[in-house]
Amino acid sequence: MGFLDRDHSIAPPGFNRWLVPPAALAVHLCIGQAYATSVYKTALVKHFGASLTEVGVIFSIAIVMLGLSAAVMGTWVDTNGPRKAMFTSAMFWAGGFLIGSVGIFTRQLWLVYLGYGVVGGIGLGIGYISPVSTLIKWFPDRPGLATGMAIMGFGGGALIASPVSQALLKAYDPNSGAQGWVASGDAVGKLFLTLAVVYLAYMLFGAFTVRVPADGWRPAGFDPSKVKAAKLVTTENVSAKNAIKTRQFWLVWVALFCNVTAGIGILEQAAPMIQDFFRQADGKSLVSAGVAAGFVGLLSIGNMSGRFAWSATSDVTGRKRIYMVYLGVGAVLYTVLALAGSSATALYVVLAFVIISFYGGGFATVPAYLRDLFGTFQVGAIHGRLLTAWSAAGVAGPLIVNSILDAQGKPGQLNAVSYQPALLTMVALLVIGFVANLLVKPVDARFHESRPERHESHHGGLK
Amino acid sequence: MSSTANTHGAHEPVNKSTGRLVLAWVLVGIPLAYGVFQTLTQVAALFG
Repeated sequence: MGFLDRDHSIAPPGFNRWLVPPAALAVHLCIGQAYATSVYKTALVKHFGASLTEVGVIFSIAIVMLGLSAAVMGTWVDTNGPRKAMFTSAMFWAGGFLIGSVGIFTRQLWLVYLGYGVVGGIGLGIGYISPVSTLIKWFPDRPGLATGMAIMGFGGGALIASPVSQALLKAYDPNSGAQGWVASGDAVGKLFLTLAVVYLAYMLFGAFTVRVPADGWRPAGFDPSKVKAAKLVTTENVSAKNAIKTRQFWLVWVALFCNVTAGIGILEQAAPMIQDFFRQADGKSLVSAGVAAGFVGLLSIGNMSGRFAWSATSDVTGRKRIYMVYLGVGAVLYTVLALAGSSATALYVVLAFVIISFYGGGFATVPAYLRDLFGTFQVGAIHGRLLTAWSAAGVAGPLIVNSILDAQGKPGQLNAVSYQPALLTMVALLVIGFVANLLVKPVDARFHESRPERHESHHGGLK
Repeated sequence: MSSTANTHGAHEPVNKSTGRLVLAWVLVGIPLAYGVFQTLTQVAALFG
Protein backbone atom coordinates (compact mmCIF):
# COMPACT_ATOMS: atom_id res chain seq x y z
CA MET A 1 0.00 0.00 0.00
CA GLY A 2 3.06 2.23 -0.33
CA PHE A 3 1.46 3.94 -3.32
CA LEU A 4 -0.85 5.69 -0.86
CA ASP A 5 2.01 7.30 1.05
CA ARG A 6 2.61 11.02 0.97
CA ASP A 7 5.97 10.44 -0.79
CA HIS A 8 4.20 8.77 -3.71
CA SER A 9 1.71 11.59 -4.12
CA ILE A 10 4.14 14.48 -4.48
CA ALA A 11 3.23 16.44 -7.61
CA PRO A 12 5.61 16.21 -10.55
CA PRO A 13 6.83 19.44 -12.17
CA GLY A 14 4.09 20.93 -14.34
CA PHE A 15 1.24 19.46 -12.29
CA ASN A 16 -1.83 21.68 -12.58
CA ARG A 17 -2.97 22.69 -9.11
CA TRP A 18 -6.54 23.12 -10.36
CA LEU A 19 -6.77 19.31 -10.39
CA VAL A 20 -6.76 19.33 -6.60
CA PRO A 21 -10.13 21.09 -6.00
CA PRO A 22 -12.13 18.52 -8.05
CA ALA A 23 -10.29 15.73 -6.18
CA ALA A 24 -11.38 17.33 -2.91
CA LEU A 25 -14.88 17.95 -4.24
CA ALA A 26 -15.19 14.27 -5.22
CA VAL A 27 -14.78 13.34 -1.57
CA HIS A 28 -16.93 16.11 -0.10
CA LEU A 29 -19.78 15.59 -2.57
CA CYS A 30 -19.94 11.94 -1.43
CA ILE A 31 -19.79 12.49 2.31
CA GLY A 32 -22.30 15.35 1.99
CA GLN A 33 -24.90 12.58 1.62
CA ALA A 34 -25.05 12.70 5.42
CA TYR A 35 -27.47 15.65 5.08
CA ALA A 36 -29.85 13.66 2.83
CA THR A 37 -30.82 10.92 5.28
CA SER A 38 -34.37 12.27 5.59
CA VAL A 39 -35.13 10.72 2.17
CA TYR A 40 -35.33 7.20 3.63
CA LYS A 41 -36.02 8.00 7.28
CA THR A 42 -39.73 7.17 7.13
CA ALA A 43 -38.99 3.96 5.19
CA LEU A 44 -36.58 2.82 7.92
CA VAL A 45 -39.08 3.67 10.66
CA LYS A 46 -41.65 1.43 8.93
CA HIS A 47 -39.16 -1.33 8.07
CA PHE A 48 -37.75 -1.66 11.60
CA GLY A 49 -41.00 -0.83 13.41
CA ALA A 50 -38.93 1.74 15.27
CA SER A 51 -39.62 5.30 16.40
CA LEU A 52 -38.41 8.40 14.58
CA THR A 53 -36.01 9.01 17.44
CA GLU A 54 -34.53 5.50 17.19
CA VAL A 55 -33.93 5.93 13.47
CA GLY A 56 -32.69 9.50 13.99
CA VAL A 57 -29.97 8.08 16.25
CA ILE A 58 -28.26 6.70 13.10
CA PHE A 59 -27.57 10.26 11.90
CA SER A 60 -26.66 11.50 15.38
CA ILE A 61 -24.04 8.73 15.81
CA ALA A 62 -22.58 9.59 12.40
CA ILE A 63 -22.21 13.30 13.25
CA VAL A 64 -20.70 12.58 16.67
CA MET A 65 -18.25 10.14 15.04
CA LEU A 66 -17.45 12.82 12.43
CA GLY A 67 -16.34 15.24 15.15
CA LEU A 68 -14.49 12.60 17.16
CA SER A 69 -12.66 11.02 14.23
CA ALA A 70 -11.70 14.44 12.81
CA ALA A 71 -10.29 15.41 16.19
CA VAL A 72 -8.50 12.11 16.86
CA MET A 73 -7.30 11.37 13.32
CA GLY A 74 -6.32 14.91 12.33
CA THR A 75 -2.62 14.46 13.08
CA TRP A 76 -2.62 11.10 11.26
CA VAL A 77 -4.18 12.78 8.22
CA ASP A 78 -1.56 15.55 8.23
CA THR A 79 1.30 13.07 8.62
CA ASN A 80 0.19 10.53 6.02
CA GLY A 81 -1.09 12.94 3.40
CA PRO A 82 -4.38 13.36 1.55
CA ARG A 83 -4.19 10.26 -0.66
CA LYS A 84 -4.04 7.77 2.19
CA ALA A 85 -6.63 9.80 4.11
CA MET A 86 -9.07 9.93 1.18
CA PHE A 87 -8.55 6.21 0.50
CA THR A 88 -9.21 5.38 4.15
CA SER A 89 -12.23 7.65 4.20
CA ALA A 90 -13.60 5.92 1.07
CA MET A 91 -13.20 2.49 2.68
CA PHE A 92 -14.98 3.57 5.86
CA TRP A 93 -17.74 5.50 4.08
CA ALA A 94 -18.50 2.76 1.54
CA GLY A 95 -18.01 0.09 4.22
CA GLY A 96 -20.52 1.89 6.41
CA PHE A 97 -23.13 1.68 3.66
CA LEU A 98 -22.36 -2.02 3.09
CA ILE A 99 -22.68 -2.92 6.78
CA GLY A 100 -25.79 -0.74 6.96
CA SER A 101 -27.37 -2.57 4.04
CA VAL A 102 -26.76 -5.91 5.78
CA GLY A 103 -28.50 -4.47 8.84
CA ILE A 104 -31.47 -3.41 6.71
CA PHE A 105 -31.76 -6.72 4.84
CA THR A 106 -31.55 -8.71 8.10
CA ARG A 107 -33.71 -6.22 10.07
CA GLN A 108 -31.03 -5.52 12.66
CA LEU A 109 -31.05 -1.83 13.50
CA TRP A 110 -27.89 -2.10 15.61
CA LEU A 111 -25.98 -3.05 12.48
CA VAL A 112 -27.16 0.17 10.82
CA TYR A 113 -25.97 2.09 13.90
CA LEU A 114 -22.62 0.32 13.63
CA GLY A 115 -22.38 0.59 9.84
CA TYR A 116 -23.67 3.98 8.78
CA GLY A 117 -23.28 5.56 12.24
CA VAL A 118 -19.92 4.40 13.59
CA VAL A 119 -17.99 3.12 10.53
CA GLY A 120 -19.49 5.62 8.09
CA GLY A 121 -19.10 8.41 10.65
CA ILE A 122 -15.36 7.74 10.87
CA GLY A 123 -15.26 8.00 7.06
CA LEU A 124 -17.08 11.32 7.33
CA GLY A 125 -14.58 12.80 9.76
CA ILE A 126 -11.46 11.67 7.92
CA GLY A 127 -12.95 12.62 4.55
CA TYR A 128 -14.01 16.09 5.72
CA ILE A 129 -10.51 17.13 6.84
CA SER A 130 -8.52 15.07 4.30
CA PRO A 131 -8.08 17.71 1.55
CA VAL A 132 -8.02 20.85 3.70
CA SER A 133 -4.33 21.29 4.51
CA THR A 134 -3.36 20.15 0.99
CA LEU A 135 -5.60 22.78 -0.61
CA ILE A 136 -4.18 25.47 1.66
CA LYS A 137 -0.65 24.49 0.59
CA TRP A 138 -1.58 24.51 -3.11
CA PHE A 139 -3.36 27.86 -2.84
CA PRO A 140 -1.33 29.98 -0.41
CA ASP A 141 -2.51 33.00 -2.42
CA ARG A 142 -6.24 32.10 -2.14
CA PRO A 143 -6.75 29.67 0.77
CA GLY A 144 -10.34 30.79 1.38
CA LEU A 145 -11.29 30.18 -2.24
CA ALA A 146 -9.65 26.75 -2.21
CA THR A 147 -11.21 25.45 0.99
CA GLY A 148 -14.52 27.08 0.03
CA MET A 149 -14.60 25.03 -3.17
CA ALA A 150 -14.07 21.78 -1.28
CA ILE A 151 -16.34 22.43 1.67
CA MET A 152 -19.03 23.69 -0.71
CA GLY A 153 -19.12 20.05 -1.84
CA PHE A 154 -20.31 18.95 1.59
CA GLY A 155 -23.33 21.22 1.17
CA GLY A 156 -23.77 20.16 -2.45
CA GLY A 157 -23.63 16.44 -1.66
CA ALA A 158 -27.09 16.47 -0.17
CA LEU A 159 -28.50 18.30 -3.20
CA ILE A 160 -27.32 15.39 -5.35
CA ALA A 161 -28.07 12.53 -2.96
CA SER A 162 -31.68 13.56 -2.27
CA PRO A 163 -33.10 13.38 -5.83
CA VAL A 164 -30.86 10.46 -6.82
CA SER A 165 -31.91 8.46 -3.75
CA GLN A 166 -35.59 9.20 -4.39
CA ALA A 167 -35.26 8.04 -8.00
CA LEU A 168 -33.40 4.87 -6.98
CA LEU A 169 -35.92 4.01 -4.26
CA LYS A 170 -38.70 4.27 -6.86
CA ALA A 171 -36.73 2.09 -9.29
CA TYR A 172 -36.00 -0.56 -6.65
CA ASP A 173 -39.54 -0.77 -5.23
CA PRO A 174 -42.22 -2.34 -7.47
CA ASN A 175 -44.95 -0.67 -5.37
CA SER A 176 -43.61 2.83 -5.87
CA GLY A 177 -46.69 3.91 -7.82
CA ALA A 178 -49.07 3.20 -4.92
CA GLN A 179 -50.86 6.05 -3.16
CA GLY A 180 -49.13 7.12 0.06
CA TRP A 181 -46.15 4.98 -0.92
CA VAL A 182 -43.30 4.52 1.52
CA ALA A 183 -40.20 2.75 0.18
CA SER A 184 -39.67 -0.85 1.33
CA GLY A 185 -36.70 -1.90 3.45
CA ASP A 186 -35.48 -3.99 0.53
CA ALA A 187 -35.38 -0.87 -1.66
CA VAL A 188 -33.45 1.09 1.00
CA GLY A 189 -31.00 -1.83 1.35
CA LYS A 190 -30.40 -1.84 -2.39
CA LEU A 191 -30.02 1.95 -2.31
CA PHE A 192 -27.30 1.58 0.34
CA LEU A 193 -25.49 -1.00 -1.81
CA THR A 194 -25.66 1.29 -4.85
CA LEU A 195 -24.41 4.31 -2.91
CA ALA A 196 -21.54 2.21 -1.50
CA VAL A 197 -20.32 1.33 -5.00
CA VAL A 198 -20.80 4.80 -6.52
CA TYR A 199 -19.27 6.66 -3.57
CA LEU A 200 -16.32 4.26 -3.45
CA ALA A 201 -15.58 4.91 -7.14
CA TYR A 202 -15.87 8.69 -6.79
CA MET A 203 -13.79 8.91 -3.64
CA LEU A 204 -11.07 6.69 -5.11
CA PHE A 205 -11.01 9.03 -8.11
CA GLY A 206 -10.35 11.84 -5.64
CA ALA A 207 -7.69 9.84 -3.79
CA PHE A 208 -5.75 9.03 -6.95
CA THR A 209 -6.08 12.52 -8.41
CA VAL A 210 -4.92 14.49 -5.40
CA ARG A 211 -1.26 15.46 -5.11
CA VAL A 212 0.75 17.31 -2.51
CA PRO A 213 3.09 20.10 -3.61
CA ALA A 214 6.83 19.47 -3.41
CA ASP A 215 8.68 21.11 -0.53
CA GLY A 216 9.33 24.75 -1.30
CA TRP A 217 6.77 24.92 -4.08
CA ARG A 218 4.90 28.16 -4.57
CA PRO A 219 2.62 29.46 -7.33
CA ALA A 220 4.35 31.51 -9.96
CA GLY A 221 4.25 35.20 -9.08
CA PHE A 222 3.19 34.55 -5.48
CA ASP A 223 5.04 36.72 -3.00
CA PRO A 224 4.80 35.38 0.58
CA SER A 225 5.96 38.74 1.94
CA LYS A 226 2.64 40.26 0.85
CA VAL A 227 0.79 37.69 2.97
CA LYS A 228 2.89 38.65 5.95
CA ALA A 229 1.63 42.20 5.59
CA ALA A 230 -1.70 41.18 7.09
CA LYS A 231 -1.55 41.50 10.89
CA LEU A 232 -3.19 38.18 11.76
CA VAL A 233 -1.45 36.08 9.11
CA THR A 234 1.60 34.29 10.43
CA THR A 235 4.54 32.80 8.58
CA GLU A 236 5.36 30.75 11.69
CA ASN A 237 3.88 27.38 12.57
CA VAL A 238 2.12 25.99 15.63
CA SER A 239 1.64 22.26 16.26
CA ALA A 240 -1.83 20.86 16.90
CA LYS A 241 -0.73 19.91 20.42
CA ASN A 242 0.26 23.50 21.17
CA ALA A 243 -2.62 25.09 19.25
CA ILE A 244 -5.21 23.77 21.68
CA LYS A 245 -3.26 25.45 24.50
CA THR A 246 -3.69 28.87 22.91
CA ARG A 247 -6.46 31.34 23.67
CA GLN A 248 -6.91 31.89 19.90
CA PHE A 249 -7.96 28.28 19.28
CA TRP A 250 -10.70 28.44 21.89
CA LEU A 251 -11.88 31.89 20.77
CA VAL A 252 -12.28 30.59 17.21
CA TRP A 253 -13.92 27.45 18.67
CA VAL A 254 -16.50 29.65 20.45
CA ALA A 255 -17.05 31.77 17.31
CA LEU A 256 -17.63 28.66 15.18
CA PHE A 257 -19.82 27.04 17.83
CA CYS A 258 -22.05 30.14 18.08
CA ASN A 259 -22.29 30.55 14.30
CA VAL A 260 -23.17 26.87 13.74
CA THR A 261 -25.62 26.71 16.65
CA ALA A 262 -27.50 29.73 15.31
CA GLY A 263 -27.61 28.30 11.78
CA ILE A 264 -28.76 24.87 12.91
CA GLY A 265 -31.53 26.59 14.85
CA ILE A 266 -33.09 27.63 11.53
CA LEU A 267 -32.06 24.61 9.46
CA GLU A 268 -33.57 22.08 11.87
CA GLN A 269 -36.92 23.83 11.93
CA ALA A 270 -36.93 25.29 8.41
CA ALA A 271 -40.12 23.74 7.00
CA PRO A 272 -42.44 24.04 10.04
CA MET A 273 -40.94 27.43 10.96
CA ILE A 274 -41.95 29.21 7.75
CA GLN A 275 -45.44 27.75 8.02
CA ASP A 276 -45.75 28.84 11.67
CA PHE A 277 -44.50 32.36 10.88
CA PHE A 278 -47.37 32.87 8.46
CA ARG A 279 -50.09 31.10 10.45
CA GLN A 280 -53.35 33.00 10.42
CA ALA A 281 -55.85 33.49 13.24
CA ASP A 282 -57.90 30.47 12.06
CA GLY A 283 -54.81 28.22 12.55
CA LYS A 284 -54.13 27.74 8.84
CA SER A 285 -50.83 28.81 7.33
CA LEU A 286 -50.44 30.94 4.23
CA VAL A 287 -47.46 28.72 3.33
CA SER A 288 -48.30 25.23 2.04
CA ALA A 289 -46.20 22.12 2.70
CA GLY A 290 -44.99 22.20 -0.94
CA VAL A 291 -43.86 25.80 -0.66
CA ALA A 292 -42.17 25.02 2.67
CA ALA A 293 -40.25 22.19 0.94
CA GLY A 294 -39.15 24.70 -1.70
CA PHE A 295 -37.95 26.98 1.08
CA VAL A 296 -35.85 24.14 2.52
CA GLY A 297 -34.33 23.65 -0.94
CA LEU A 298 -33.53 27.35 -1.18
CA LEU A 299 -31.76 27.22 2.18
CA SER A 300 -29.66 24.31 0.87
CA ILE A 301 -28.58 26.48 -2.05
CA GLY A 302 -27.83 29.34 0.38
CA ASN A 303 -25.78 27.00 2.57
CA MET A 304 -23.78 25.69 -0.38
CA SER A 305 -23.21 28.99 -2.17
CA GLY A 306 -22.30 30.75 1.09
CA ARG A 307 -19.53 28.22 1.63
CA PHE A 308 -17.91 29.19 -1.63
CA ALA A 309 -18.77 32.87 -1.97
CA TRP A 310 -18.04 34.06 1.59
CA SER A 311 -14.93 31.93 1.97
CA ALA A 312 -13.56 33.27 -1.34
CA THR A 313 -14.44 36.82 -0.21
CA SER A 314 -12.44 36.27 2.99
CA ASP A 315 -9.25 36.19 0.90
CA VAL A 316 -9.89 39.88 0.21
CA THR A 317 -11.40 41.03 3.51
CA GLY A 318 -9.41 38.86 5.89
CA ARG A 319 -10.80 36.08 8.05
CA LYS A 320 -11.48 38.07 11.21
CA ARG A 321 -13.50 40.70 9.34
CA ILE A 322 -15.62 38.17 7.49
CA TYR A 323 -16.38 36.43 10.79
CA MET A 324 -17.45 39.81 12.16
CA VAL A 325 -19.93 39.93 9.28
CA TYR A 326 -21.18 36.36 9.90
CA LEU A 327 -21.69 37.01 13.59
CA GLY A 328 -22.44 40.76 13.74
CA VAL A 329 -24.62 41.16 10.66
CA GLY A 330 -26.03 37.71 11.42
CA ALA A 331 -27.18 38.93 14.85
CA VAL A 332 -28.87 41.97 13.27
CA LEU A 333 -30.59 39.84 10.61
CA TYR A 334 -31.72 37.33 13.23
CA THR A 335 -33.23 40.19 15.27
CA VAL A 336 -35.09 41.53 12.22
CA LEU A 337 -36.28 37.99 11.46
CA ALA A 338 -37.58 37.56 15.01
CA LEU A 339 -39.33 40.93 15.22
CA ALA A 340 -40.43 41.63 11.62
CA GLY A 341 -39.99 38.37 9.70
CA SER A 342 -43.71 37.66 9.64
CA SER A 343 -44.53 40.96 7.90
CA ALA A 344 -43.78 39.63 4.40
CA THR A 345 -42.84 36.23 3.00
CA ALA A 346 -40.19 37.74 0.71
CA LEU A 347 -38.48 39.47 3.66
CA TYR A 348 -38.52 36.24 5.66
CA VAL A 349 -37.05 34.21 2.78
CA VAL A 350 -34.29 36.74 2.03
CA LEU A 351 -33.29 37.02 5.71
CA ALA A 352 -33.19 33.23 6.19
CA PHE A 353 -31.22 32.77 2.96
CA VAL A 354 -28.51 35.25 4.00
CA ILE A 355 -28.35 33.85 7.56
CA ILE A 356 -27.83 30.32 6.22
CA SER A 357 -25.21 31.53 3.75
CA PHE A 358 -23.31 32.90 6.81
CA TYR A 359 -23.68 29.49 8.46
CA GLY A 360 -22.08 27.80 5.45
CA GLY A 361 -19.48 30.55 5.13
CA GLY A 362 -18.38 29.97 8.73
CA PHE A 363 -17.59 26.33 8.00
CA ALA A 364 -15.69 27.04 4.80
CA THR A 365 -13.68 30.01 6.09
CA VAL A 366 -12.43 28.45 9.30
CA PRO A 367 -9.61 26.32 7.79
CA ALA A 368 -8.08 29.46 6.25
CA TYR A 369 -8.58 31.30 9.56
CA LEU A 370 -6.61 28.52 11.29
CA ARG A 371 -3.93 28.71 8.61
CA ASP A 372 -3.62 32.46 9.23
CA LEU A 373 -3.24 31.97 12.99
CA PHE A 374 -1.28 28.72 13.25
CA GLY A 375 0.48 28.28 9.87
CA THR A 376 0.24 25.34 7.50
CA PHE A 377 2.30 22.81 9.52
CA GLN A 378 -0.56 20.88 11.17
CA VAL A 379 -3.55 22.91 10.04
CA GLY A 380 -5.51 19.74 9.14
CA ALA A 381 -5.06 18.35 12.64
CA ILE A 382 -5.99 21.68 14.23
CA HIS A 383 -9.06 21.87 11.99
CA GLY A 384 -10.01 18.35 13.07
CA ARG A 385 -9.87 19.35 16.72
CA LEU A 386 -11.88 22.50 16.03
CA LEU A 387 -14.69 20.46 14.47
CA THR A 388 -15.68 19.35 17.98
CA ALA A 389 -17.43 22.76 17.98
CA TRP A 390 -19.64 21.41 15.19
CA SER A 391 -20.52 18.29 17.18
CA ALA A 392 -21.32 20.41 20.24
CA ALA A 393 -23.43 22.81 18.16
CA GLY A 394 -25.24 19.87 16.58
CA VAL A 395 -26.46 18.93 20.04
CA ALA A 396 -26.93 22.46 21.44
CA GLY A 397 -28.74 24.07 18.48
CA PRO A 398 -31.74 21.72 18.22
CA LEU A 399 -31.84 21.35 22.03
CA ILE A 400 -32.15 25.13 22.55
CA VAL A 401 -34.74 25.63 19.80
CA ASN A 402 -36.84 22.55 20.58
CA SER A 403 -36.91 23.08 24.34
CA ILE A 404 -37.96 26.73 23.95
CA LEU A 405 -40.60 25.86 21.35
CA ASP A 406 -41.95 23.02 23.51
CA ALA A 407 -42.61 25.61 26.22
CA GLN A 408 -44.43 27.87 23.73
CA GLY A 409 -47.06 25.40 22.59
CA LYS A 410 -47.75 22.35 20.45
CA PRO A 411 -46.63 21.91 16.83
CA GLY A 412 -49.32 23.22 14.51
CA GLN A 413 -50.36 25.88 16.99
CA LEU A 414 -47.17 27.94 17.01
CA ASN A 415 -46.90 31.35 15.35
CA ALA A 416 -44.21 33.97 14.72
CA VAL A 417 -44.34 35.26 18.31
CA SER A 418 -43.71 31.72 19.61
CA TYR A 419 -40.33 31.74 17.89
CA GLN A 420 -39.11 35.06 19.29
CA PRO A 421 -37.54 33.67 22.51
CA ALA A 422 -35.64 31.01 20.53
CA LEU A 423 -34.48 33.44 17.86
CA LEU A 424 -33.43 36.10 20.37
CA THR A 425 -31.47 33.42 22.24
CA MET A 426 -29.64 32.79 18.99
CA VAL A 427 -28.96 36.55 18.72
CA ALA A 428 -27.37 36.44 22.17
CA LEU A 429 -25.23 33.49 21.07
CA LEU A 430 -24.13 35.35 17.95
CA VAL A 431 -23.14 38.37 20.07
CA ILE A 432 -21.02 36.07 22.28
CA GLY A 433 -19.39 34.67 19.13
CA PHE A 434 -18.83 38.21 17.81
CA VAL A 435 -17.01 39.21 21.01
CA ALA A 436 -14.93 36.00 20.95
CA ASN A 437 -13.89 36.72 17.36
CA LEU A 438 -13.11 40.33 18.25
CA LEU A 439 -10.67 39.11 20.92
CA VAL A 440 -8.62 37.03 18.45
CA LYS A 441 -5.04 38.32 18.31
CA PRO A 442 -1.86 36.83 16.80
CA VAL A 443 -0.59 33.70 18.57
CA ASP A 444 2.17 34.29 21.11
CA ALA A 445 5.67 33.43 19.82
CA ARG A 446 6.25 30.88 22.62
CA PHE A 447 3.84 28.51 20.83
CA HIS A 448 5.73 28.68 17.51
CA GLU A 449 7.64 25.62 16.31
CA SER A 450 11.36 25.90 15.90
CA ARG A 451 12.16 25.13 12.27
CA PRO A 452 14.43 22.05 12.75
CA GLU A 453 11.86 20.40 15.09
CA ARG A 454 9.14 21.08 12.59
CA HIS A 455 11.10 19.35 9.87
CA GLU A 456 11.79 16.23 11.98
CA SER A 457 8.23 15.96 13.21
CA HIS A 458 6.78 16.38 9.75
CA HIS A 459 8.75 13.48 8.33
CA GLY A 460 8.45 11.32 11.43
CA GLY A 461 5.35 9.59 10.11
CA LEU A 462 7.02 8.58 6.87
CA LYS A 463 9.54 6.27 8.41
CA MET B 1 -0.93 33.93 -12.36
CA SER B 2 0.01 30.51 -13.60
CA SER B 3 -1.93 27.67 -12.02
CA THR B 4 0.71 25.04 -12.57
CA ALA B 5 3.34 23.74 -10.21
CA ASN B 6 6.74 25.35 -10.01
CA THR B 7 9.04 23.27 -7.87
CA HIS B 8 11.21 25.42 -5.59
CA GLY B 9 9.83 28.48 -7.31
CA ALA B 10 11.53 27.69 -10.61
CA HIS B 11 9.71 28.29 -13.88
CA GLU B 12 9.81 24.85 -15.47
CA PRO B 13 8.21 23.60 -18.68
CA VAL B 14 4.48 23.19 -18.11
CA ASN B 15 2.46 20.09 -18.83
CA LYS B 16 -1.01 21.50 -19.39
CA SER B 17 -2.88 18.20 -18.87
CA THR B 18 -5.95 20.04 -20.07
CA GLY B 19 -7.89 16.88 -20.91
CA ARG B 20 -7.42 15.46 -17.44
CA LEU B 21 -8.38 18.79 -15.92
CA VAL B 22 -11.58 19.02 -17.96
CA LEU B 23 -12.48 15.40 -17.16
CA ALA B 24 -11.94 15.96 -13.44
CA TRP B 25 -14.15 19.06 -13.34
CA VAL B 26 -16.83 17.40 -15.51
CA LEU B 27 -16.92 14.37 -13.18
CA VAL B 28 -17.75 16.55 -10.20
CA GLY B 29 -19.51 19.38 -12.04
CA ILE B 30 -22.24 17.37 -13.73
CA PRO B 31 -23.62 15.73 -10.57
CA LEU B 32 -23.42 19.07 -8.76
CA ALA B 33 -25.23 20.88 -11.57
CA TYR B 34 -27.89 18.13 -11.58
CA GLY B 35 -28.38 18.52 -7.83
CA VAL B 36 -28.66 22.30 -8.04
CA PHE B 37 -31.11 22.05 -10.96
CA GLN B 38 -33.31 19.55 -9.10
CA THR B 39 -33.30 21.77 -6.01
CA LEU B 40 -34.13 24.89 -8.02
CA THR B 41 -37.08 23.03 -9.54
CA GLN B 42 -38.30 22.44 -6.00
CA VAL B 43 -37.61 26.04 -5.06
CA ALA B 44 -39.85 27.21 -7.93
CA ALA B 45 -42.85 26.28 -5.74
CA LEU B 46 -41.78 29.07 -3.41
CA PHE B 47 -42.25 31.69 -6.09
CA GLY B 48 -45.07 30.01 -8.01
